[in-house]
Amino acid sequence: MAGVSTAHRPDSAATTRRGEALIEFLLRASAAIGIITTVGIVTVLLVEAIFFFAEVSPVDFFTGTRWSASILPYAFGVIPLITSTLMIAFIALVLAVPLGVLAAVWMSEFASQRVRSIIKPVLEILAGIPTIVYGFFAITVITPLLKATILPDLGTFSALSAGIVVGILVLPLVASLTEDALRAVPRGLREGSYALGATRWETVRRVLLPAALSGIAAAVILAMSRAVGETMAVVLAAGTNPQLTLNPTESVQTMTAFIVQISLGDTPTESIQFKALFAVGATLFAITFTLNLISAWLVARYRNVYE
Amino acid sequence: MSTQTTTRRKVANALFGLLAFLAIFASLVTLVALLFDVVVRGGSSVDLQFFTSAPSRIPAKAGILPALVGTLWVTTLVAIMTFPIGVAAAIYLEEYAGRGRWSRLLRINISNLAGVPSIVYGIFGLALFVRLLGLGRTVFAAALTLSLLILPVVIISSMEAIRAVPPSQREAAYALGATRWQMVRRALLPAAAPGILTGIVLAVGRAVGETAPLILIGAVTFVTFVPVNPFEDKYTVLPIQIFNWAGRPQAAFQEISAAAILVLLVLMFLLNLVAVILRARLSRTIQW
Repeated sequence: MAGVSTAHRPDSAATTRRGEALIEFLLRASAAIGIITTVGIVTVLLVEAIFFFAEVSPVDFFTGTRWSASILPYAFGVIPLITSTLMIAFIALVLAVPLGVLAAVWMSEFASQRVRSIIKPVLEILAGIPTIVYGFFAITVITPLLKATILPDLGTFSALSAGIVVGILVLPLVASLTEDALRAVPRGLREGSYALGATRWETVRRVLLPAALSGIAAAVILAMSRAVGETMAVVLAAGTNPQLTLNPTESVQTMTAFIVQISLGDTPTESIQFKALFAVGATLFAITFTLNLISAWLVARYRNVYE
Repeated sequence: MSTQTTTRRKVANALFGLLAFLAIFASLVTLVALLFDVVVRGGSSVDLQFFTSAPSRIPAKAGILPALVGTLWVTTLVAIMTFPIGVAAAIYLEEYAGRGRWSRLLRINISNLAGVPSIVYGIFGLALFVRLLGLGRTVFAAALTLSLLILPVVIISSMEAIRAVPPSQREAAYALGATRWQMVRRALLPAAAPGILTGIVLAVGRAVGETAPLILIGAVTFVTFVPVNPFEDKYTVLPIQIFNWAGRPQAAFQEISAAAILVLLVLMFLLNLVAVILRARLSRTIQW
């Protein structure tokens, strides 16, 4: 009651102004939390990584090809973790990009409004399932299936299973971002192509895909960033065996899997292994951050062209 | 000659349509296979005892009570913390910040944060909340970390909901002599409420399923009691319990892991249902 009536009184104008200023300050402070978080993340990773690099030279870290954090003699060459991460991301993209782009083309160019209204929520459900569930799916279904069909010698953990399940996991992302890119292509281009007598496939291949290329590239790069940062599915499916290999049937350890391994054990916080966690985290952050920036830049580019 | 090319073009077109359909179909099959696997493997383990027991070394006696309570604690705290801050930030960015360099920086920063891997938030939470601020490995530290993680999602979806309110609503409020905040509170927020709430519920759903950051915030301990004090007690959450059981080689543990997944998925489904109902309820009262 009181709050409503104060607005009428002339002497309350100053109160109202002060109230407005206070509210604007609170809103601004809330918005600033994002900046504080970013600065905080970068600071934490950098500071803790510096403690690590005081003991292990950055050259050894970035160029070393042996990683052994739990078995003596310790070695902290991050290359095996990075190659394993990239191998799994690559397998994931090989699966998710063609399927995701095709699915997007089907949704935006072939499906009727009704069918799309069923399919889209299904993809959203797939995207919303926790990644730990995908990890479980990898060990209970994907790996046994691979063993039973094409790779009888496959072990419990493999980069291949991890790559496949991460591919399934990022497919909805690729599909929905590609669909956005295809929808941003002006109708006129489609109609022009059909007017020239092109079939749907010809329109897709000669007009739509080239026109949406930067948007699709943005989707692929964002999917790669997701795959690189993916943790639970990869820990469960690929294991925690750090080794430099490009053989997808081997068990490997990704950057994220190492971070999990160190956090799970009773590693003392002053140990070199614990400091390595931050150095690997900083490397992971740098890689995903760069990929996200490239993706955002590509999206901005197609927005500029068509909007 | 020309009929031949036409036929070939038509065949190519039909083949492509089929291929594109198969791509979608593969996604559907995967979803069905995943749900089928979880239900078949875990369905029979979900009984009353499963909800009322603590984890045990004997799979048949193990239950999810501490994990379920931990998840409810974390989820509630995350919702309480992200709701006011996320909406306030979105209001600021949409209605107050204008289009200057500062607001551009804020926007770019938010979308970048949304792309940071969740495990990096875990590292940040470990360094800041657990160690620097001395909160320890508690429900509260976990909730703070997950709040930072979903805040960008909450802000982005709230901004979209606010942007969808037609300018006429704002102008009408101003024409009646409303101050900026009065306009926001009386005109904008009620109109944007369905979209905002849906976005928040979905973002909280994401927090329910997050696993990796909580491993760093120490939710792995074998917890056999129900956490009561979110600022002191050790805790675990459902996804961590699932991880713990899924990693064991015995089939019996995989079965209860699947059962816990089933509970987790039902929980997320219920949250989604809440979002759908909220949207339907609130949007019925607004007509533009």
